[in-house]
Amino acid sequence: MDMLQVSVWRGAASGEYRSYEVPRQESQSVLDVVTYIQRSIDPTLSYRFACRVGMCGACAMTVNGVARWTCRTHVAKVAKNNTLQIGPLANLPVIKDLVTDMREFFDKWARARGQFASGSGTTRKDGFARVAADSPERVAANAGIECIGCGVCYASCDVVSWNPDYLGPAALNRAWTLVNDVRDGARAERLAAVAGDAGCHACHTHLSCSERCPKNIAPTASIAGLKRAVALAAWKGEL
Amino acid sequence: MSGGELNYAANPVTPRRADAKLETWLWIAQRGSAVVLALCVLVHLVTIIYAVRHGLTGAAILGRTRGNTAALAFYFLYVLAIAVHAPIGLRTLCQEWLGWRAASLNWVIGAIALALFAFGLRAG
Repeated sequence: MDMLQVSVWRGAASGEYRSYEVPRQESQSVLDVVTYIQRSIDPTLSYRFACRVGMCGACAMTVNGVARWTCRTHVAKVAKNNTLQIGPLANLPVIKDLVTDMREFFDKWARARGQFASGSGTTRKDGFARVAADSPERVAANAGIECIGCGVCYASCDVVSWNPDYLGPAALNRAWTLVNDVRDGARAERLAAVAGDAGCHACHTHLSCSERCPKNIAPTASIAGLKRAVALAAWKGEL
Repeated sequence: MSGGELNYAANPVTPRRADAKLETWLWIAQRGSAVVLALCVLVHLVTIIYAVRHGLTGAAILGRTRGNTAALAFYFLYVLAIAVHAPIGLRTLCQEWLGWRAASLNWVIGAIALALFAFGLRAG
């Protein structure tokens, strides 16, 4: 039987890659490999997953140096000479083995004003807002709305690795969808929150986030949109 | 793990408005000056190539440009664009590569901008 040589990160911030032999199977995903190691070789291995079908975003890891959803990555696509290296996502503190602490990642969504704020004077008693499906704002929001917060873009971003305060592609992409939400009432606050050294202006357009996003979202485009919106607001004295 | 839940109230959003304003205006200034520079560099290079290919000497060039208001206005704009553009880029480099984010950086960068402008005008 064909065997895969798999090295897996064990430990927290300090640790080492440990080697395992896993039987190669047809249509095997990287998540299958990790699960096999935990169930059949070493039950102390920690990793995170939930849906197994690319809906939840929990199983993102670094596979052969690239951040990926392990459930949607076939071994055949990434294993060179039947070898795999599997580590935790970069740019996040490691709790244990393949499990990272995502708190800072999601706190940044809040810091980028990622929560919807109802417009002034509107209540839940009001009728539904009507937003034309082909309006430019709706189209722009649509382009970024499918993010499920897996952290692949954040782990792939060079600017995050240089500046730990940088809000990152996912949080800025979220802010951009809300900037385009015509019902939202916190536009000025949000634009102020995403401007500056830790915000959209720090992006160097390396495009790693857009290249790696498993949902094919282009956070780089969202960040460019934020730069334009913030500049316009500053020009009008609304920042 | 404690404190795992996302509590918006406990995670106050305090946009540093002055900071956001400054950074945004610096960004606008750098993009704006880049547009000016793209044009100026082109004109400058074409002029140099023209002068060299026609064998003009330094004295001959000065003879044509001295007292020429258009040349003065052009190089004033060129130097101004450089003095705006380069220090803002240098500031970003200092922030990202040296981790220098203190207020002192802005003073040093301001001084560099003034020096670039002054020496540039003198040379022009």
